[in-house]
Amino acid sequence: MTTIQIAASILFIGLIYFIICQSSARHLQVSISGRLHSRTQYYGFFAALMAWLPAYALLIVMAVGDDIVFQSLSLNFIPDEVQTDPDFNEIIAQAQIKNLVSGTNFGKQPDWAHAAADAWQRWIVTSARLTTVVCLSLALLGGFLGYYKVNPNFRSRNAVEGIVISLLAASSVIAILTTIGIVFSVVFESFRFFTLVPISEFLFGLTWNPQFEGAERAGSGQMGLSTYGSVPLFAGTMLVSIVALTVAVPVGLFSAIYLSEYASDRARGVVKPLMELLAGVPTVVYGFFAALTVAPFVRSMGLSLGLDVASESALAAGLVMGIMIIPFISSLSDDVIRAVPQALREASYALGSTQNETIRQVVLPAALPGVVASVLLAVSRAVGETMIVVMAAGLAANLSLNPLDAVTTVTAQIVTILVGDQEFESAKTLSAFALALTLIIITLGLNFIALHVVKKYREQYE
Amino acid sequence: MNDTAKGLVSPKIATERVAASMAKRKKRERNFQRLGRSAIAVALAFLIVLFVSIFAKGIPGFFQYYVEIGVEIDREKLDPTGDLTLQSLYAGDARGVIRSSLYAELDVEGRSDKRAAGKLISQGAEQRLRKLVYDDPSLMGTKQTLRFALDDDVDSFLRGFIKRETPEKDRRINDKMIDYIDRLQAEGKIVYAFSDYLIFGSASRNPEMAGIYGAFIGSILTLTVCLLIAFPIGVATAIYLEEIAPKNRITEIIEININNLAAVPSVVFGILGLAVFIGIFGMPRSIPLIGGVVLALMTLPTIIISSRAAIRAVPPSVREAALGVGASQMQTIFHHVIPLAMPGMLTGTIIGMAQALGETAPLLMIGMVAFIVDVPGSVTDPGTVLPVQIFMWADFAERMFVQKTSAAIIILLAFLITMNAAAIIIRKKLERRW
Repeated sequence: MTTIQIAASILFIGLIYFIICQSSARHLQVSISGRLHSRTQYYGFFAALMAWLPAYALLIVMAVGDDIVFQSLSLNFIPDEVQTDPDFNEIIAQAQIKNLVSGTNFGKQPDWAHAAADAWQRWIVTSARLTTVVCLSLALLGGFLGYYKVNPNFRSRNAVEGIVISLLAASSVIAILTTIGIVFSVVFESFRFFTLVPISEFLFGLTWNPQFEGAERAGSGQMGLSTYGSVPLFAGTMLVSIVALTVAVPVGLFSAIYLSEYASDRARGVVKPLMELLAGVPTVVYGFFAALTVAPFVRSMGLSLGLDVASESALAAGLVMGIMIIPFISSLSDDVIRAVPQALREASYALGSTQNETIRQVVLPAALPGVVASVLLAVSRAVGETMIVVMAAGLAANLSLNPLDAVTTVTAQIVTILVGDQEFESAKTLSAFALALTLIIITLGLNFIALHVVKKYREQYE
Repeated sequence: MNDTAKGLVSPKIATERVAASMAKRKKRERNFQRLGRSAIAVALAFLIVLFVSIFAKGIPGFFQYYVEIGVEIDREKLDPTGDLTLQSLYAGDARGVIRSSLYAELDVEGRSDKRAAGKLISQGAEQRLRKLVYDDPSLMGTKQTLRFALDDDVDSFLRGFIKRETPEKDRRINDKMIDYIDRLQAEGKIVYAFSDYLIFGSASRNPEMAGIYGAFIGSILTLTVCLLIAFPIGVATAIYLEEIAPKNRITEIIEININNLAAVPSVVFGILGLAVFIGIFGMPRSIPLIGGVVLALMTLPTIIISSRAAIRAVPPSVREAALGVGASQMQTIFHHVIPLAMPGMLTGTIIGMAQALGETAPLLMIGMVAFIVDVPGSVTDPGTVLPVQIFMWADFAERMFVQKTSAAIIILLAFLITMNAAAIIIRKKLERRW
């Protein structure tokens, strides 16, 4: 049976047990005139959970784990003389075997690879049979245990609630596991990258040129031609973000002020959702808009002014990214400005100041921490934004502060390096993980500072 | 001395001074308001330019040019073995049947003329003819007027993107082809109709045949996986953190963690998917299952945060009443709190799903960008999704892809706007204010 069929069968077994146990609990209740500890459906729930949980847990382990086991077993087929060969690469050997297994093999492979692939195919069949038998019998057994427990003294409600609480707690751990997964996957590969490329070159090098492949096989020490200085990428990211913020901060902030202080409720009710529509547009759409509409427009404008504009300029990407982050700034600032107590405004009016004097000298200073936080969050959004820069900013790693030049960004490089087939071992692939690590550090840092600013400088009015 | 001069002026002088400055202050007030209004105008202008430019390019993308020709459906040529199986139809010469009908239509003789005429019709035509006779074998041996898509270059010519005035060697269609097109048009054989390829076609390098069907199914599969994972886990986490968790260090760490995850750039989730699911677990690339899991991890914080807000909005009196009549904590939560918080949770989930539907970058990382012609049948078949399809089409050079991409964007936006509208309606109709 396939995994999905097994999963469905387990579900079915659990439901059957639910019905059996509930009805047997009902009969029991009638025969002992209602002195069961829990309501009858809890006996059913208990049996169903006993059938489902262990069986599903095992199913997931088997489904995910079999490939890992097969992989390590298949290495036994590689003869020792091949393994000791200095040119031997375990990952390539595994790929050879896997291609044979999935039938996507082109070219001639050594005999041991064929032997391993044949064994692998046998294992797949055995493992599928084993999974079916073991999981289904576990479900039947667990459910039977639940059925066995149907008696007046069994506190099935407490048992079910205990299981449910642990399930709820377990799901809240998923968030932590995700973080650990991100940190490990990035940090581990980054360390491998830093064994190949010195960290000082990565942080302070002025040229980014990972394109020379082949000469950089891991451990061969032939690093001659590729250079991994990330300064141009960070400069590019900064340039695009600055352009974006120059658009988004004034527009977003003044919209927020107008919407919260001047606009009528009706105007607000219309304009606010429209601005939030900008936040709902997928980034790939912005990228398409930037590449096809804005970039040619910027270029022709520049040419008519006698400026030399690259066809994929930082200006075009930044402009469109600015449009994208307007709603982040406007809606966060709007919330903060509205949170300033009315009493402050009224006190200022009572002293004779006009509305704009009140806003500039009373409301904005009071709201400043929140506004700063919203701008920082927008920066972190801009730095992490990917599709717009991939589609509109180009891939040329120029070290330039001129927004009319083509630049590239950290995210754009990560995407170009990691899209498509790549070897996990090459310095080029690993460099993407190092870039991702710095990206995470920067965005989390900005986030942390933003939260800190809000916490520390927030005025407590009530 | 100075102090007294400044602080103690007669009321009359004070009024005059204020009055003198009033004009300037009022002007400043007006300017300030104008600034605010123009900021909103700029933002809305951006929105309008964005939508107008997409729609202006995209609406024509829903249509394309077809040619109607009478085709002699010759059984011997189409179905050489005569058993009407797909193998036999593929062995047959559908292209020849169509071409000879076209040649008859245009009276072409000679090789170079025939080559020019043959280039008018899309390569998808033969496939369409095969499918037609496979579905309805009674058509064999009859003469039918059939409608075939024109090649994308011809389409672009008819739309005016390839100019007649351009010298022949610089344009992708030659003078002979233009002559044939003119004749077909004069006879009313060329029709501009709704593009069925756009909706029902799959990925293709031929722009006139390319469609979103495969990507659409891929999106549905991916979103289903995402929803099945993110919704239960998100809601369970929210319930745990709001109702059950003790206020201690571990809970605090989980909360900080969730907030941090919300700030992680989406591309990083793709790297997680690549390193863990593909690198360590050895799962295949490009499958909607991994796409869904990665998007689920990405949308989890959104769902958790909005579900927590919804649970928090349920007043404590509801819980106390339930506990007061003897319900257990779990019964209180599952029978009373969750039903009341459900509209808020659903709103957050729909918004999270809309985010996931529009997301591209993490899916590029896990290889959903591969060129896949087959429509995925299950979550473990390689596939792609709508935004990635848009990304790939945006890269292709043919002029017709610009319209197709914009049309696909309109479809994607329509889904997103519907989802967001649904979220707003659920919030307005079902949410209770206490």
